Amino acid sequence: MSTLAPPDRSTTRPRKKPGSTADSTFGLLVKITLLGLVDAFAVYVMITLFFQEKWLILIVAASVTLLINWIYLRKGGLPAKYLAPGIFFLVLFQVFVMLYSGYVAFTNYGDGHNSTKADAVSAIQLSAQQRVPDSPAYRVSILERNGELHLLATDPDGDVSVGTTGSPLEDASEAVTDSTGRAVELEGYRTLGFAEILTNQADILAVTVPFSDDPEDGSLKTSDGSSAYVYRPSLSFDEATSTFTNLETGATYTDSGEGSFTSADGEQLSTGWKVNVGFDNFAKAFSDQNIRGPLLQVVLWTFTFAIVSVLSTFALGLFLANAFNLPDLRGKRVYRILMILPYAFPAFLAGLVWSGLLNPEFGFVNNTFFGGADIPWLTDPLLAKVSVLVVNLWLGFPYMFLVCTGALQSLPEEVNEAARMDGATAWRTFTAIKLPLLLVSVAPLLIASFAFNFNNFNVIYMLTDGGPRFGNTTANIGHTDILITMVYEIAFGTGVGRDYGLASALSIIIFIIVAVVSAISFRQTKALEDIN
Amino acid sequence: MKVRSTQPMRRHTLFTGLLSVAVLALTACGGGASESAGTSSTPAAENLSEGGATTLTMWVDAERAPALEEITASFKEDTGIEVKLAVKDFAAVRDDFITQVPTGKGPDLIVGPHDWLGTFVQNGVVAPVELGDKAAEFQESAIQAMTYDGSVYGVPYALENIALLRNTDLVPEAATTFDEVIANGEAAVAAGDAEYPFLVGMDPKQGDPYHLYPLQTSMGVPVFGQNDDGSYNADELLLGEPNGVEFAKKLVEWGDEGSKIINSNITGDIAKEKFNAGESPYFLTGPWNVPDAQAAGLNIAVDNLPTVGEEDAQPFIGVNGFFISSKSANALAANEFAVNYLSTEEAQDAMYAVGGRPPALNASFDKASSDPIVAAFGEIGANGVPMPALPEMQAVWADWGATELALIKGSSDPEAAWTTMVSNIEEKIAGQ
Repeated sequence: MSTLAPPDRSTTRPRKKPGSTADSTFGLLVKITLLGLVDAFAVYVMITLFFQEKWLILIVAASVTLLINWIYLRKGGLPAKYLAPGIFFLVLFQVFVMLYSGYVAFTNYGDGHNSTKADAVSAIQLSAQQRVPDSPAYRVSILERNGELHLLATDPDGDVSVGTTGSPLEDASEAVTDSTGRAVELEGYRTLGFAEILTNQADILAVTVPFSDDPEDGSLKTSDGSSAYVYRPSLSFDEATSTFTNLETGATYTDSGEGSFTSADGEQLSTGWKVNVGFDNFAKAFSDQNIRGPLLQVVLWTFTFAIVSVLSTFALGLFLANAFNLPDLRGKRVYRILMILPYAFPAFLAGLVWSGLLNPEFGFVNNTFFGGADIPWLTDPLLAKVSVLVVNLWLGFPYMFLVCTGALQSLPEEVNEAARMDGATAWRTFTAIKLPLLLVSVAPLLIASFAFNFNNFNVIYMLTDGGPRFGNTTANIGHTDILITMVYEIAFGTGVGRDYGLASALSIIIFIIVAVVSAISFRQTKALEDIN
Repeated sequence: MKVRSTQPMRRHTLFTGLLSVAVLALTACGGGASESAGTSSTPAAENLSEGGATTLTMWVDAERAPALEEITASFKEDTGIEVKLAVKDFAAVRDDFITQVPTGKGPDLIVGPHDWLGTFVQNGVVAPVELGDKAAEFQESAIQAMTYDGSVYGVPYALENIALLRNTDLVPEAATTFDEVIANGEAAVAAGDAEYPFLVGMDPKQGDPYHLYPLQTSMGVPVFGQNDDGSYNADELLLGEPNGVEFAKKLVEWGDEGSKIINSNITGDIAKEKFNAGESPYFLTGPWNVPDAQAAGLNIAVDNLPTVGEEDAQPFIGVNGFFISSKSANALAANEFAVNYLSTEEAQDAMYAVGGRPPALNASFDKASSDPIVAAFGEIGANGVPMPALPEMQAVWADWGATELALIKGSSDPEAAWTTMVSNIEEKIAGQ
């Protein structure tokens, strides 16, 4: 810590010197404790990863842990010590997420293409196991011999048989039965207790006892260790050719290359898997009629919404900040706290509350301010846009108020005095001096605010959900939809389920738009800095 | 100058302070998250070490959780298997389940309504369950709802459907057709006893096809065709039946520009508030609004759903049940819990006692039917159809709701609006 003190401050030096040893001992203790906690957590994570056999992530986790220890245990390299946590979380929460979205954009990940091919095959096989109609229910005990698990099955008539995977059921009438008539023990075998059944559940579920030598008769399986049924698969999987065959109709389903099993006449098995699809999602973004139709209107409205929101919130925030910055105003704190309240309100909740307030017949706004008039605030295309902007103004001005209050207070009083001496009016002082100085510090925040409002999903989604709807599109897109809510509707609201791949591709396109606009604006703000 | 020189120092301390707080907070968060993720891996670890207690994880939402706490406690007593209830946000739990199961970090079981099933199967995240002879002990519609592609995937525990609530002080006699309902309602309004002839909640953005469905089915316009076994056929969209247009015209007639029987400005909350305040004789809603209406001191009766056309007024039935993850490491224990334990009369009784949803097991339902409200809803539900679980349904809801809402708000050309809706839905289902 002592190294941080500016060396030229002679007044603090004498006091600092004796304190510095205590300070560094304390610092060392804190450092060791924190590092110990981080390492303990890292070791825990690595052990978990080890048991889950996630080798790549394990290696990455180990190297990151080593790197962090090296940074904090070596002497010197102070900048790295400050930067490490920030960069670590930046990589974890920003870079990784961005790279992952980029990756998803090139896949068909979404409903129906949710996991790996192996998962899809096993899920289809699971669903294809169907109980043979009218077959009896068996009560079973789990037996073990030479490390192999057997099913001891009692049918409803009391006949007992035994078998295991690969060896069909055979008579076992000599078995010992319990009071309910269920066979529980057989000579030469050991019966598993409930606890043992639980510890070996995966193996027990895998036991498939052929009902007879004829595979057509199906096989006996248990799912709970106490009852068993005769199942016959409706589909069989051939691993060599990677095809499913429907055992009833004989239809074959082959890997279509698009992450699903498809038959010759185009019928698809319901579960598919994730595959890379190249630029398909981007192509769809530019060719889909649902997107192209309303795209121009949506883009225009998105820019209008973002720009008007930034300007209106900034104007109101600045006006109020200026008004409440008067030195001789009483009760300033109370006003300021009241002013900041909407900022403390979650945006999605505000959307819901406002949609209630703006209800044409029962809403507070119409009943109180407009004498019960039926003004369709949220259902008329133009009024809906106005409502969205007003609600966003209500939500956004406290932030601008805070920022401007801070910036105004940091302006040196001298320039103000000098202006007054020169006989400038209050308005002229404000426009010629305060505002330009203010913009130097506030302009980057305005750009950030633009980027935020460009993707202000909550307000739109909760207040109008994009409505009222356009007439010229089949998708659920309307007059107040901005790009991000349109992406949501297109990727999650059409077809049969959500399409993460398309959503990621569209988000990347939006990201590019926002990045370009921001980059240009930041370049412009450099000019402002010359004022200082 | 004095002011300036202290600033860098102060900013540094503040910065370090903030940083350490942030680091601590984030590590704490990380710890919490991985702890919950770790629980699902513990059983596997214990399997390796032979013996020890088995733990199941079940995802529930806050509303359903209380009904399950007792039952999991007694299951632990009986079998030694602990069922951990992880309370999740209802709006997100379905999607979280779909994304988490393939990674192996999902739960062993999940509680939810049956119409999630289509998407679950499409994504391969649930395993079929074999109820065996127990299937016959459940209400038929409950099993039918839990069946998808010919296999049963869930253990049902409760079912619900809507009915017509009537304030008996305002209208003493039950009506059978919707026209009679309107006449009774308008008479009550004319007599000055009520303000609204009829109430049904409308979502201001999506309308409410779910509540209007009985009126629609009574005109012979179901959503999808049904196969012989009762399952829905996605290729057979029946919204386009000739009577669909008639229903659309009726909606305009009842809507804001017409008789205002159905008011697009009345949300579910407003409808409930007005009905409980005694301002309307009728409220088309489900059993979930009954306790509050009774608490408000109303004398209510549960009437059969009124018909508009010649057919039966069939409501959608929603069935709540338990689903088992296809990648559960404890599938056997999960089956034991769901199939052998939750299907028992005691379990279903206990879940009804706490949760208040009519049980799906016949024996438990018969007991619950001593409450006339439950019995009446059950009788109406016996005539209903399960809400379609097909993934295609997601494409239907948005257009269906938006079009109905537009019609209720008033439309000069209901025929065009309805046919456009049908062709839009067909296009979405085909195009996916």
